[in-house]
Amino acid sequence: MTTYRLQVNGKVHAVDTDADTPLLYVLRNDLELNGAKFGCGLGQCGSCTVLLDGQPAMSCMVPVSIVGQRPVRTVEGLGDATTPGVLQQAFIDEQAAQCGYCIAGMIMQATALLERTPSPTDAQIRTHMAPNLCRCGTHMRILRAVRRAADTLAKGGKR
Amino acid sequence: MTVDIRRRGLLAAGGALTLSFAMPGVAAPGALPKSLEKSPWLDAWIRIEANERITVFTGKAELGQGIKTALLQVAADELRVAPGRLQLVTADTARTPDEGITAGSNSMKDSGTALRHAAGQVRARLTDLAATRLGVPASSLAMQDGAFVTGGRRVTFGQLVTGQELHLRATPTPAPPAPGPRTAIGKSVPRVDIPAKVTGGAAYVQDLRLPNMVHARVVRPPSQAARLIAVDVAAIARLPGVLKVVRDGRFVAVIADGEYRAVKAAAALARAARWEVPESLPVHPDVNAFVRAQPSEALPILARGAAGKPGRQFAARYTRPFQLHASIGPSCAVAQLVDGRYTVWTHAQGVFPLRTALAELLAVDEDTIRCIHVEGSGCYGHNGADDVAADAILLARALPGRPVRVQWMREDEHAWEPFGAAMVVQVAATLDSTGRIADWQHDVYTPAHNTRPGKAGNLLVATHLARPFAPPVPKPSPQPEGSGDRNAIPYYVLPNARVTHHFQSTPVLRTSALRGLGAYCNVFAIESFMDELARAAHSDPVAFRLRHLIDPRARDVIKLAASKFGWDGYRRPARRGRGFAFARYKNLASYCAVAVEVEVARETGLVRITRAVSAVDCGEIVSPDGVRNQIEGGIIQSASWTLLEQVRFDAARVLTVDWASYPILRFNQAPEQVDVHLIDRPGQPFLGTGEAAQGPAAAAIANAVFDAVGLRMRDLPLDRQRVRKA
Repeated sequence: MTTYRLQVNGKVHAVDTDADTPLLYVLRNDLELNGAKFGCGLGQCGSCTVLLDGQPAMSCMVPVSIVGQRPVRTVEGLGDATTPGVLQQAFIDEQAAQCGYCIAGMIMQATALLERTPSPTDAQIRTHMAPNLCRCGTHMRILRAVRRAADTLAKGGKR
Repeated sequence: MTVDIRRRGLLAAGGALTLSFAMPGVAAPGALPKSLEKSPWLDAWIRIEANERITVFTGKAELGQGIKTALLQVAADELRVAPGRLQLVTADTARTPDEGITAGSNSMKDSGTALRHAAGQVRARLTDLAATRLGVPASSLAMQDGAFVTGGRRVTFGQLVTGQELHLRATPTPAPPAPGPRTAIGKSVPRVDIPAKVTGGAAYVQDLRLPNMVHARVVRPPSQAARLIAVDVAAIARLPGVLKVVRDGRFVAVIADGEYRAVKAAAALARAARWEVPESLPVHPDVNAFVRAQPSEALPILARGAAGKPGRQFAARYTRPFQLHASIGPSCAVAQLVDGRYTVWTHAQGVFPLRTALAELLAVDEDTIRCIHVEGSGCYGHNGADDVAADAILLARALPGRPVRVQWMREDEHAWEPFGAAMVVQVAATLDSTGRIADWQHDVYTPAHNTRPGKAGNLLVATHLARPFAPPVPKPSPQPEGSGDRNAIPYYVLPNARVTHHFQSTPVLRTSALRGLGAYCNVFAIESFMDELARAAHSDPVAFRLRHLIDPRARDVIKLAASKFGWDGYRRPARRGRGFAFARYKNLASYCAVAVEVEVARETGLVRITRAVSAVDCGEIVSPDGVRNQIEGGIIQSASWTLLEQVRFDAARVLTVDWASYPILRFNQAPEQVDVHLIDRPGQPFLGTGEAAQGPAAAAIANAVFDAVGLRMRDLPLDRQRVRKA
């Protein structure tokens, strides 16, 4: 076991864990953050997507030992049920979930897009979201929610 | 209310004609709705406490279909309160009514109807109590947010219920209750579960974190026929964090103090195990050959009129491969043994049947097990949920006191969930000289579509133990719901028709309920064939369907979908085409018509849906947006099955074990547009929506591919390789 200092959602956490433990397990079990989900452990589905230094990363594939000083952001960092962030609110407004298991990963993938490309085209949204799988068939609503959030931000809404 | 006897008439296996007049969602006069009859005490459904807390109980489970919110809307309107005033407790063997399995698009019909009756009777009881308390006639009372008021005086629900006032048996009503004011019903009330799901709140069984909880992983055999030759568990037991290695026959698992330590120890355990993997699976060139090679029992389910009518004869064969539920989150459960009593947190669709199976597995009294439903990743039928609960309870027995959390790995879910069954459908028809269908024959060959627990042998792990349980011999479900023969009887007016279910009770691969069961492929076949016949009759496919339909509600959804799509006057762009399909789910539930436009790239084989337009009649609509969400999802999931999905295996084992080998639809292939139009029928029974779109969407896509490029694709999936080669 080694102690790692991780910067997650703006706070530094000390975590004692094995060096090869994927970031996903540290977030879920040590920091008790539910947002990132185990979907495949293979980097194929995007359920575990978080932002690592602003880039979308599949946290099931990132050993905790290589995170270093890079800031980690999860869906919990965007807001909570009483004060949701713009993307979270857009997903609520569009009722863009069925089972919702993939949704936290979707929101983080979309966060990365809107931070770099605040006014994406619909085609850019589709291409950017392609790594993330949804099985309930909520695709149209998810696309609408990302569009809605982009439009809100364009009108000066807070991130 | 009229009942179409002809359509409900069915020929039982023994040849006797039996008629069923069961109407979904409505108790016959003098009877209670099914769920309420089973659990008749009003306080099993509604409880009111002195602090004004009102709790509603349902035996159904939230699967991501939004049932919690819809049930709250129903109860709220009957109690004349806002839905936000109500608490809801879902499937829990210790607390809620037993409503069997949350499946078959039955939850609104079963639980919604039961709650409507129960809450209505609670309201009547409260009204009587309030009239007595206030000394006024009931007719002078008004209801206001959980209280009765009259002339400036007020008494609350909590003041009226101080003891056993609601411990009454529900009474059968002479007629369905008159619809009350629709305050919540009919509104798109935002779903109560979504805020937690988009913010990382604890929403799933995967998120349970109990004190002293430990983590386990199971090492599955390479195949169901594999034999464990040897495994050195001692070396694994010494790995960091490992608390226990469990072996019982071919069931091998490890429990560790941390989740990733369990994952690593399981990987080491898998490497340490030596298996003999026999080549026992039959290998055939295609689905038809595979399915037809299995023995089957012919069960006639319809014999109407006479065969041999004169006219032009047509025949076609349609196939569907084994397909997956393929939940995004692998199945998970937590179990704990304390003082001889087990608690299991599970996302199984039926906590009561699961409990029965677990009790048999452990040889303990059912009363010593409590199963609590906690939401999981969407299941779309019988996936690994029950099986992982069985894994968890066996491991909890091995480590008493500690809550044991088990989550399957991706390859476990892909390889070991019960598959959606492969199907072969042969259809033949005769067109008379006027272009009407004079004769119809439908033969469906398929293994079991329902092997749910109830019995220990239905649980995967039970078949792996040193003293294994044999899976019970599966049985077909009777018509009109059916299983592999679900929707095998066309809803059209066919004076001469024969339908036979060729049921296969000895499955080669484990199969069970996948959203819609046989309806997906039966409707794909019927509606593809209707398209073929319409073209042969030089008739428009929509007009051809209308010519063969009398049910006005069926005609209404077809006309609405066609009109919203712009069917008449459609101009076909290059490489594009349109397709249409319709079904009434189970021939007794929701009506759903789907019109689709696709674009087909012959060079790459890629089929892309540019537009899908659906019209749905599911009876009285509780949540319009909830219905739309289910139908949109149904269309897209069906598009994924139809365009991409098939389980592959060789003689030894299943080969599709991840998202690379079993791809599903991604955003780049998602439709450009999906529109769902609703026909509300206030006062009509709830018909459910979860599975209505699966069949029609598939056929509409295949028909559109034909319209676009002249390819009649009768074998699912219509994947790139097939389209390119065709």
